[in-house]
Amino acid sequence: MKQQITVALAGNPNSGKSTIFNALTGAHQHVGNYPGVTVERKEGACRHNGREMKIVDLPGIYSLTAYSAEELVARDFIVNEKPDVVVDIIDASNLERNLYLTTQLMELGVPLVLVFNMSDQAKARGHEFDLEKLSGFFKARIVSTVGHKGLGVNDLLDAVEATADGAGPGGEKVVIDYGRETEEEVSRIEALIQAEGAAQAAGANAAGYDARWLAVKLLENDKDVKAKLHSPAIDAQVEKSARHIEEVTGEHPETSIPGHRYGFISGACQEAVRSTIEIRHTMSDRIDSVVTNRVLGIPVFLLLMYLVFSLTFTLGEPPMGWIETGFEWLGGVVTGWWPEGSESALKSLLVDGVIGGVGGVVVFLPNILLLFLAIAILEDSGYMARAAFIMDRLMHKIGLHGKSFIPMLIGFGCSVPAIMATRTLDNQRDRLTTMLVTPLMSCGARLPIYMLLIPAFFPAAWQAKILWIIYVIGIALAIVFAKVLRVTLFKGDSVPFVMELPPYRIPTVRGVLIHMWERGWLYLKKAGTVILGVSILLWAISSYPKKEVFDQDYEGELAKIEERMPAAEGDEDALAALEGRQAALENAQQEEELSYSIAGRIGHALDPVLKPMGFDWRIGTALIGAFAAKEVFVAQMGIVYSVGEADEESDSLRDKLRDNYTPLVAFCIMIFCLTSAPCMATIAVTRRESNSWKWAMLQLGGLTAVAYVLTVLIYQFGRLFGLG
Amino acid sequence: MPLSIAKTGQKVRVFAITAEQELRARLIALGIIPGEEIEVVLNSAPGSFVVAVKGSRVMLGEELASQIQVV
Repeated sequence: MKQQITVALAGNPNSGKSTIFNALTGAHQHVGNYPGVTVERKEGACRHNGREMKIVDLPGIYSLTAYSAEELVARDFIVNEKPDVVVDIIDASNLERNLYLTTQLMELGVPLVLVFNMSDQAKARGHEFDLEKLSGFFKARIVSTVGHKGLGVNDLLDAVEATADGAGPGGEKVVIDYGRETEEEVSRIEALIQAEGAAQAAGANAAGYDARWLAVKLLENDKDVKAKLHSPAIDAQVEKSARHIEEVTGEHPETSIPGHRYGFISGACQEAVRSTIEIRHTMSDRIDSVVTNRVLGIPVFLLLMYLVFSLTFTLGEPPMGWIETGFEWLGGVVTGWWPEGSESALKSLLVDGVIGGVGGVVVFLPNILLLFLAIAILEDSGYMARAAFIMDRLMHKIGLHGKSFIPMLIGFGCSVPAIMATRTLDNQRDRLTTMLVTPLMSCGARLPIYMLLIPAFFPAAWQAKILWIIYVIGIALAIVFAKVLRVTLFKGDSVPFVMELPPYRIPTVRGVLIHMWERGWLYLKKAGTVILGVSILLWAISSYPKKEVFDQDYEGELAKIEERMPAAEGDEDALAALEGRQAALENAQQEEELSYSIAGRIGHALDPVLKPMGFDWRIGTALIGAFAAKEVFVAQMGIVYSVGEADEESDSLRDKLRDNYTPLVAFCIMIFCLTSAPCMATIAVTRRESNSWKWAMLQLGGLTAVAYVLTVLIYQFGRLFGLG
Repeated sequence: MPLSIAKTGQKVRVFAITAEQELRARLIALGIIPGEEIEVVLNSAPGSFVVAVKGSRVMLGEELASQIQVV
């Protein structure tokens, strides 16, 4: 008796696999309607009757062919890692289609337990199952569950334990009869595989598979098996056999073999399933006739998107205020640790570096959580699948897939979870294209930059329009780039759209919250790690090295002004002049200090590059900061213009900016920040998700180059037309 | 005829799938296989195209629907 049992969970997308996984392991994990959400390998553990069970959640798949990465992952896991039991989660209200995967798991000969999930819904829809009979057909234990209520989970664990201990049924190979002609050819190929010893020769890769299974897969034209066996003699036989079968039966084995599997299923269901009436989709169909309607579809979609964004910003405002106040309070408390007038590097580090830097990012958490909440509701209810379809026609024109639109939508919140969301795309070309252009969706972190600059430089009537223009430019650039990538690097047709349409469901509060939190956490983690580190670094490079000897005797000059202050008392003009002189001196001193610091020196060194865009060295230092996280730009401009705690509401900073730059430069800054190098966290996640530095560097270099050219063009043309 | 010209509410039988191999395999896994009877739930070409097959709903692009021959 094994002490540790390894259990693999397999099943179709939308079968409630994740819900069962959560119920078994208690892990916090997303439960959604969008097919293919569970792509990575998730593991959990639980104890049952004193025995340890390791649960591996396989990706949601429809079959065990070799056509998608998910299917290969699942197949290889089962064969190579030999779990003690494979649990196949089946949506009981959609039995026949779900059992197609089951037949393929059966053929692999693994110890199998079938879970008829959502059995309450199946009953409500008038399906009655003779589980004993079905268990006999599929040679496996069958357990009824209602995943989201946790019903039947204990029975499932009992069944898993019994199956692992080898108390039948389960693990006996069920042989599906593929018809006389096909069977003859299968035997022929099987014999050849055994004779050649190819199954062994192919090494560990194919060793776990049995010869019949390999023969059937070869007839089904499975490229992966073909590559693993790598035998011209077998390939020739397979081709001959397939041709022979097609000649005699009129059907290529590629469709006739799955046909027999479906035949086996419908035979079993006819015997053991009684369905009274098909009522499953009536409500969903009615909703769909409106939301996917040719005329109404897009307006409904736009309306929902408008609601999502307006709710995000209106509901997000009060908590943003609280967080801001909280960080200000914290800064005040920390400042209070040092006596008035004492200058300490540690105080400056904590207040300006840590609290200022991280606070500036965390402030956007309410907005971002609300956006993710709205997206989670749309996803879990089933609407996203429809939206993907509505968008497909449009996306197709620019060479993207309908599903690309979801990551791009999330990109308005934060590029990091957006790029992770590209996992729902099956095709690597579609996925990479989406990943590379997603940073052009103006993320939440860029908003503070616009919020600082727009009110400073543009009249009230124009402010909303300018903001709108910036967002639209981002979207337009994404479209152009996607198109360019599709005709250069990622040539080839976009995969035509085909996707299961899950019935609408009322999202569960728990599911939606988990989903929202998983993405929000990524953002917060970025604030706690990358941004914290970079804030400290930026603080250091703009504070050090300290200048000891100044060009001018600021201290002396300031002292002189102090002396003359009392004399000027009463004469307002004189007093104002003195105060003005005082402020100018302080600024000049700070500017000199900053110029002397590492950041200032880098800024100065970049001057020739920045000039064509209309930027000076101060903006240069802020742009360096923006690479760490876009929102750092605002804080860094505040440091540069030494107005203490700067935020996007800072009027004194706006005044200073207005004195130093033109609206054209402000517009150029916004365009550059929109287009240029995505933040470090985005580059890191692109590297991880694309599994190569190449694409991450292309994203970084490509976008920055384009940003540069575009900004230079806008600035130079702007000046030509006298806007500068 | 190609599935793409079938009307909403029409029940048809799949006859042949001419899409490339990868897509054909995906369609088969979703239950769209020669011999299967499917119902066109919604054909709002050039908009959405939804079929009912084996108790589930599958959305197809128009391009793909035109590569499924039905009678």
